[in-house]
Amino acid sequence: MSGGGKIPVTVTEVVRVNELIKRFKFERSDGGLLPTFSGGAHTVVEMQDYGTSRLNPYSLMSDPADTSAYTISVRRDDEGRGGSLFMHRHVRPGMEMSISNPVNLFPLDLRARKHLMIAGGIGITPFMGQIAQLSAISGRFELHYAARNPALAAYASELSARYPRQVHLYFDDYDQRIDLQGLLDGQPLGTHLYVCGPKGMIAWVRNTAEAAGWPREAVHHEEFLAPPSGKPFEVKLAVSNKVIQVGEHQSLLEAIEAAGVDAPYLCRGGCCGQCETDVIDYDGTFLHNDHWLSEEQHAGGKKIMPCVSRFEGKTLVLDR
Amino acid sequence: MSKSVLEPSIPSRPVYGELAPRSGKAHLFIADAEGAEAILDMAKTAPDGFFARAHIIYIPKATGERYLERLESLDPGQLYFGPSYEAALPRLRRTLADAHMGLQVYLAGTEGLMGRAMQEATEAGIPHTAIQSEHRGSTARRVQCVHCKGITEEVTTDPFQCSHCGLHLFVRDHYSRRLAAFMGVCIDAEDPGDIPEPVERFT
Repeated sequence: MSGGGKIPVTVTEVVRVNELIKRFKFERSDGGLLPTFSGGAHTVVEMQDYGTSRLNPYSLMSDPADTSAYTISVRRDDEGRGGSLFMHRHVRPGMEMSISNPVNLFPLDLRARKHLMIAGGIGITPFMGQIAQLSAISGRFELHYAARNPALAAYASELSARYPRQVHLYFDDYDQRIDLQGLLDGQPLGTHLYVCGPKGMIAWVRNTAEAAGWPREAVHHEEFLAPPSGKPFEVKLAVSNKVIQVGEHQSLLEAIEAAGVDAPYLCRGGCCGQCETDVIDYDGTFLHNDHWLSEEQHAGGKKIMPCVSRFEGKTLVLDR
Repeated sequence: MSKSVLEPSIPSRPVYGELAPRSGKAHLFIADAEGAEAILDMAKTAPDGFFARAHIIYIPKATGERYLERLESLDPGQLYFGPSYEAALPRLRRTLADAHMGLQVYLAGTEGLMGRAMQEATEAGIPHTAIQSEHRGSTARRVQCVHCKGITEEVTTDPFQCSHCGLHLFVRDHYSRRLAAFMGVCIDAEDPGDIPEPVERFT
């Protein structure tokens, strides 16, 4: 079976954090300890949404040293495909669910002299685990957290109460902006930069850092993509000798799985590279949405990441 | 002297590129001997005002005064000529200790110098893959004797005699970034005394 392995868990707590975010706590259904993880890791939560199976990645935000439970925070996306709405509307304490083993695509680089973190909105969650891990080893960090207003800034008051000197808050409604240029200037050599938040923020931080001469190796980001909807299309799976239909709101990976074909995956959000699939033949246009393949590979027509990318055209034959 | 061409070898053997100006807040050059040429060549494509924020640490070695005037004419913000790497080391360490993110590091010249300066820069927190380097001049090697751990500088022959313990060492392409040295292994361990004639492999 593909993915990060499965753990049967029981939901032991559901907390409304603010009008958009709910927090969920999972404990092993058999009462044992969960696998250890490192700050920045995520788990893929499996949801049985009345006939539709959904698999969404969420950052683990609990203390990595505490393996008695995992917690995640889910922001409700009313325009999304339904995963977050399912979590918000249907998940209750006592429910049995299945989650994957933790996978970390956004780890701390512990060689860093200092960790400079920039969070936007729900992008705060991976930093919660990272900060817990760092403070246990007296690591040097600074968090700059931007949100729309104090009511929507999840965990901001807890964080600033606990780390008053390291946590800096910015609220859009009060016209407060991160002075990124000023912040990057004068950081000591050996500082690593981490950013998690909306697409625009990630691009802004990465581009500003690059222009200021920050090495690519010292700039880390994480952005999970939700598989975009699009026109339905047909795909031939050469190895399994099946022809499948990908629905409007279904991802190619989900369609492959629905046909009973075991395809590799980890993050399901276009960043880990696990689901990379070879294209045998095609006549049409690829709609690449991943962060994994290079621009040349996107143009080359030989690879596709079925978790987030789509296709429009006559024929698509995959080596799967 | 023109650009060096090093023969392809095992993955452990360092490879060097060509210096190119990068955007950054400050630029630190560490070069020896013919490495000056790499800086002068790079300067041709550098944007206006680039060298105002540059610090050049240069050890001329046998090239004497050949490049000094040309380096001066680049008008770098800071320029240091030193008699040896050891003499320049306190300055390099102080510069790195005071530096901020956005510093670009450029190494040019012999492998011994580039390797040791790379050690200091990575120790200061710069990822080794973010440091540019260009080989110019002598291919003499800095070699560590794996038996006594002593390091011999400027090794030109293979085998050579360890300057610390006296063993005759075969010079491998196996390189340590941590030590900034190639590996030297006793060549006559199986048949003591059976030592091949040293060949001038590194010039």
